[in-house]
Amino acid sequence: MTRFRVAVHIVPRKGILDPQGKAVADALHALGFPSVGDVRVGRHLVLDLEAADAAEADTRVRAMCDKLLANPVTEDYEIAGVTPA
Amino acid sequence: MKFGIVTFPGSNCDDDAYVAVTEALGATGIRLWHKDHDLQGVDVVILPGGFSYGDYLRAGAIARFSPIMREVIAHAERGAPVLGICNGFQIACEAHLLPGALLRNASLQFVSDMVTLRVENATTRFTNRYDAGQLLRIPVAHGDGRFTIDAEGLSALEDRGQVVFRYVDSTGATTDAANPNASLDNIAGIVNARGNVLGMMPHPERAVDAALGSTDGLALFESMLAAVAA
Amino acid sequence: MGATPRAGDPAITPELVAEHGLTPDEYERLVRLLGRVPTYTELGVVSALWNEHCSYKHSKPVLRTLPTTAPYVLQGPGENAGVIAVGDGLAVAFKIESHNHPSAVEPYQGAATGVGGILRDVFTMGARPIAMLNSLRFGSLDSARVRWLFAGVVKGVGDYGNCVGVPTVAGEVVFDPAYEGNPLVNAMCVGLMREDELITAKAEGVGNPIIAVGARTGRDGIHGASFASEDLTEASEAKRPRVQVGDPFTEKLLLEASLELIRSGHIVAIQDMGAAGLTSSSAEMAARGDVGVTIDTSKVPVRETGMTPYEILLSESQERMLVVAHKGRELEVKAILEKWDLTAEVIGEVIAEPVYRVTEGAHVVAEFPGSKLVTECPVYHPEAREGETVKALRARDPHAVPPRPEEADPLWTLTQLLSSPTIASKAWVFRQYDSTVRASTIVGPGSADAAVVRLPGTNKALALKTDCNGRYVYLEPRTGGQIAVAEAARNVACTGARPMAITNCLNFGNPKRPEVFHQFREAVGGMGDACRALGTPVTGGNVSLYNESPVSVVYPTPTIGMVGLIDDISHVTRAGFVNDGDTIILLGDCTDELGASEYLSRIHGLTIGAPPRCDLDGERRLIDLLLDCGRAGWIVSAHDCSDGGFAVALAECAMLERDKQVGVDVDLSDWAHLSARALLFGEAQGRIIVSTTAPGDVLAAARTGHVPARVIGRVGAPDGTFRIRHSTGVVESPVDTLAAAFHDAIPLIMTQIAAATTIESPRSDASEE
Repeated sequence: MTRFRVAVHIVPRKGILDPQGKAVADALHALGFPSVGDVRVGRHLVLDLEAADAAEADTRVRAMCDKLLANPVTEDYEIAGVTPA
Repeated sequence: MKFGIVTFPGSNCDDDAYVAVTEALGATGIRLWHKDHDLQGVDVVILPGGFSYGDYLRAGAIARFSPIMREVIAHAERGAPVLGICNGFQIACEAHLLPGALLRNASLQFVSDMVTLRVENATTRFTNRYDAGQLLRIPVAHGDGRFTIDAEGLSALEDRGQVVFRYVDSTGATTDAANPNASLDNIAGIVNARGNVLGMMPHPERAVDAALGSTDGLALFESMLAAVAA
Repeated sequence: MGATPRAGDPAITPELVAEHGLTPDEYERLVRLLGRVPTYTELGVVSALWNEHCSYKHSKPVLRTLPTTAPYVLQGPGENAGVIAVGDGLAVAFKIESHNHPSAVEPYQGAATGVGGILRDVFTMGARPIAMLNSLRFGSLDSARVRWLFAGVVKGVGDYGNCVGVPTVAGEVVFDPAYEGNPLVNAMCVGLMREDELITAKAEGVGNPIIAVGARTGRDGIHGASFASEDLTEASEAKRPRVQVGDPFTEKLLLEASLELIRSGHIVAIQDMGAAGLTSSSAEMAARGDVGVTIDTSKVPVRETGMTPYEILLSESQERMLVVAHKGRELEVKAILEKWDLTAEVIGEVIAEPVYRVTEGAHVVAEFPGSKLVTECPVYHPEAREGETVKALRARDPHAVPPRPEEADPLWTLTQLLSSPTIASKAWVFRQYDSTVRASTIVGPGSADAAVVRLPGTNKALALKTDCNGRYVYLEPRTGGQIAVAEAARNVACTGARPMAITNCLNFGNPKRPEVFHQFREAVGGMGDACRALGTPVTGGNVSLYNESPVSVVYPTPTIGMVGLIDDISHVTRAGFVNDGDTIILLGDCTDELGASEYLSRIHGLTIGAPPRCDLDGERRLIDLLLDCGRAGWIVSAHDCSDGGFAVALAECAMLERDKQVGVDVDLSDWAHLSARALLFGEAQGRIIVSTTAPGDVLAAARTGHVPARVIGRVGAPDGTFRIRHSTGVVESPVDTLAAAFHDAIPLIMTQIAAATTIESPRSDASEE
C-alpha cells in the first residue's frame, strides 16, 4: 500500500445560481479585469489516504464524493490530482 | 401521542421544539440522542434547527449518516410523520427524505427576520388546522435556505401540491422582496410525495407564544396531533 | 529544586526581555521573586501574566473605586463573570469583553473568537448563555477598509453566536474617524442558572487532578494577550498568524459538556483557557484557591508536533477549558466529555507545596513561589493630566458655529442625521444575527431602547443594553462616564425594567500618556458616581488599553453593559408610537446645550463643546417615575432622547419599525427661549418621549416625583405626516420619507461594495493603513 494525496475540486453545478461566484466576478470587473467571464466558487479538498495504486485512490475518492463530499443535486466534482503523499 | 425530538451535537433549537411540544401543545416530548438506535416508540419525529455536526462541509451532510437517522429514515419509510425545521429540512434533503437541496442564501448573509408565509396546501397532516391561502407570521434564521430543484422536480412538486409554504408580502403576493433567501419560486416548505415528511426553513416552534410576537406556528403542531389521532 | 533551561532555549538577554514586553524594572522584580535568572519558559509565563490584559497593572487602583456590592450581587469582580440574583432562586451571570486588536487585523475571526471567549466566561460560572450583545466602533464607512472591517466583524459575531445557538438581541454600532485605525469590538454575554449552580474558578483540594478539556492545543495566538496590550502598528499586521481561529461547533459541545460537568458534582472548578491560555488559567485558579499546582506540558493534547512547553503554556488555541476535578472522579469526567465527542486529559494536580510548577515530563521548566506570580504583579500609578487639545476643543462655543445654508430647512438637517450611519437603522447588521433562537426574545433588536428576554418558567424578563458615547467621554471624561451609565439605565427603564447592575469594557489608549490616563481615571470616576446614584453596582468587566494606531487614538470608550429586571412581562414597553390619538409627553427638560452632539459631528464635522450636563439625582427620579407609570399601565411607548437629540428621537418613535409608521403632531413653542437647533438637535440628558392614554395621571405623577413633564402633542396626523412646530418654524415631512432616510442609509452604503466584501481580501486597500 502507498499513501496518496488526492485533490478534489467541488464546484456548483452549471445552471445553479452561484452568488459567491457572481460577487467575485463583479468585484473583478470593478477592479479593472473586464475580461473575466464566469466565476464559480467551490471547495478544494486534499485527502491523504492509503491505496494500492493511483487508480484505486482515484476510485475510492470518487466514492467518497458520491456519498458525502459533494451533493449531486447542486454540485459537480472533479479529481484534480493524485500524487504520492 | 409522542413527539420525538432529535438532538444532534450541534442542534440548538431542540429545546425550543421540546418546549413547544410539551408546554404550548401539551403533548409528550421524548428526547432522542443522535447516537441512539431506537426511536422509543414516538409517533412523530422532529429534526430541529441548528448546525448538526458543525455543517462545515454542507448543512446536514454528515448528520444524515448518524445512527438515529437510520431509524428516522425507516420511520419515514413506514409512512410515519417527520418534521424537519431549518437544519432539519437540510438534513431531510441530504437524507433524500425530501427532494431538492438548500443552498447558501443569495445575499450570502445569514438572515434573521419575521417573515410572512402563505399556506399553499392545507390538506397535509402538518397543515390541516390552517386554511388554504392563510398568511402566517413566523421567524426565519438561516444562512442556507435557498431551496433549489431541477425543472422536472419542480413541476412534480407543483403538480402534486407538495409546496406547502411560500414566502409572501403582507398582502399575500409572492415578491422578490418578501423572499429572504432567493428560494426558487419563493418556496419555504415542502412535503414528500407521500405527504408524511415536511421540511420548512421558518421556525414554527418560535411562534407558539403571544409574548414573543406570534402564535401562528402552533396550529402546525396541532395539525400533527389531529392527524396522528385520526 | 528549581527550574532549569531546556536544551535549545534561547539565552535570556535584555533584548529577549524587551521582546517579551517587560521593562528592566519588571525584569528585576522577576529575578528578585525567583532569586535567580528566569528560564525562557518562565519569561514567557511572566510576560503573559504581567501584561495589562491579565494583570490590570495600570488600571487596578482606579477600578477599586467602583461600587461593586448590593444585596443581590452574588459574585462581583474577579471571577470569569459577575452574578446577580433575580428572584425565584434564579441568578444571572454576565460580562462584557473586548477583542479589539485581533479584530483590527482579522475582523471575521477576531470578532468570532471574541464572542467565543465571552460565552465561555459565562458558562464556566455554571450559567447557560441566553443572550449576546455587542458594542462596535468603526471609522467612517467612506473608507473601503472600514467597510471590510465592519462587514467582517458583523459576520464573525453572527456566525459564531448563530451556530452556538445563543440569540444576539441588542447592540450598538458607532462610526467615527477616531476609530479609523483601531476598531472596537466588545461582546457581552448573559447567562441564566439556579443560584445553587454557581461555581467559581478556584483550585482547591490537595491531590485533585487538573484536566485539560476540549480542543487540542496548537500554535495559534501565541502571545495574543500581550499583542492586545500594544499599540497597533504596521508591525502588528505582520503578526497576523497570532490571531486565533474559532470553531463554534466545538464551542457548542464544550458548552453542553461544561454545564453537564458542573451539574454532575464531579468537579471543583472550571475556567476558560482564554487570553494567555494555560498559563493564565492555571495560575489564576491556583492564586484564587491559594494552593500550589503542578502541570506537565507533555501530557497536554497537542495538534502539532514538536511543541515546546513555552508554546503549550502560551498557546491561545480556542475552545479549551481547564478543570479541577475531585480526586477519583477522572473517569466520570472523561465519560461526560466523551458523550460530547471531546477529549479530557489529566495534565497536573493541586499540591500542598506553595509553588506554581511546570514540568516537561520529569524536567522542571518553570517554578514560581506561591501565588506571587499573580499577586506580586507590578502595579503602576501613571501620571494623569488633561490634554491641552481637549481643553481647547471643549472651550469652543457650539452656538458660535455658523449654520450651513442648507440648515435654513431643518428638515434637511433632520434627514442628514437620520441617515448618519451612527443613528440610522442597524437592520443590515442585526438581520445577520439570530435574535430569536431559544424562543425567549420578547423584544429583539430595532424596536425598543433595550432588548427584553424572558426568564423561562417565570413571568419575569431581563432588559439588556450596551451603551457609551465616546465623544462625550473624550470632551469631558467625568460627565461622559456618568452619561454612559445613566443612558444605559434610562434605556432599560424605557422597556419597563429596573436597572440592576452593570459590566463594563474600558477601551482606552496608551495609559502611559498622561492625557489618556486622565481620561481613564475621570471616566471611571464618573461611572462610579452614576453607579452609586442609580444603585447599579459593577460586577466585573474588562480593560482594553493601547487602542491606538498611527491613524488615530480612539475616543475613550467605557462601554456599559446594563442588566435590568422586569417583574411582569405585561409591562414591557417598546419605543415606537402605537395608537392614533395617544398623547405625547416629554419627561425631562430641553436645554440650550449643543456641545459634543452628533449634529455638530455630522453636519459640521466638529467635535467641540462640553457634553450635556448629567443630573444623576434627576436621572434617578426620572427612572422611578417611568417605572411607576409603566406599572400603573399608563405608558404605551417610551423612547430615550440621545444621539441627534429630540427631533431624531421623535422621528424614531414614528418609524423605528418600518412597517409600523404613524403620523406625529408636536408643538415645542413652550421652549421659545432656546435656539431652534439646540431644541431640535441638542442632546440634553434625562429626557424620555412617552406616549400615553392617561396624560393627566402621568403629569400628576411627574409633579409628585419632581420630574419636569409637558404634553407636547399627539400621535397620528393626517396623511402620515410628521410635524414639529416650534416658535420660529415647523419641521414637516411625510413619515415615509424620514423612514427611507433612516432605514436605507446603511444598506445603500454596503450594497455598493457588497462584491468587494465577499472577496475577503484585507490587502486590496492596505495602502490606506
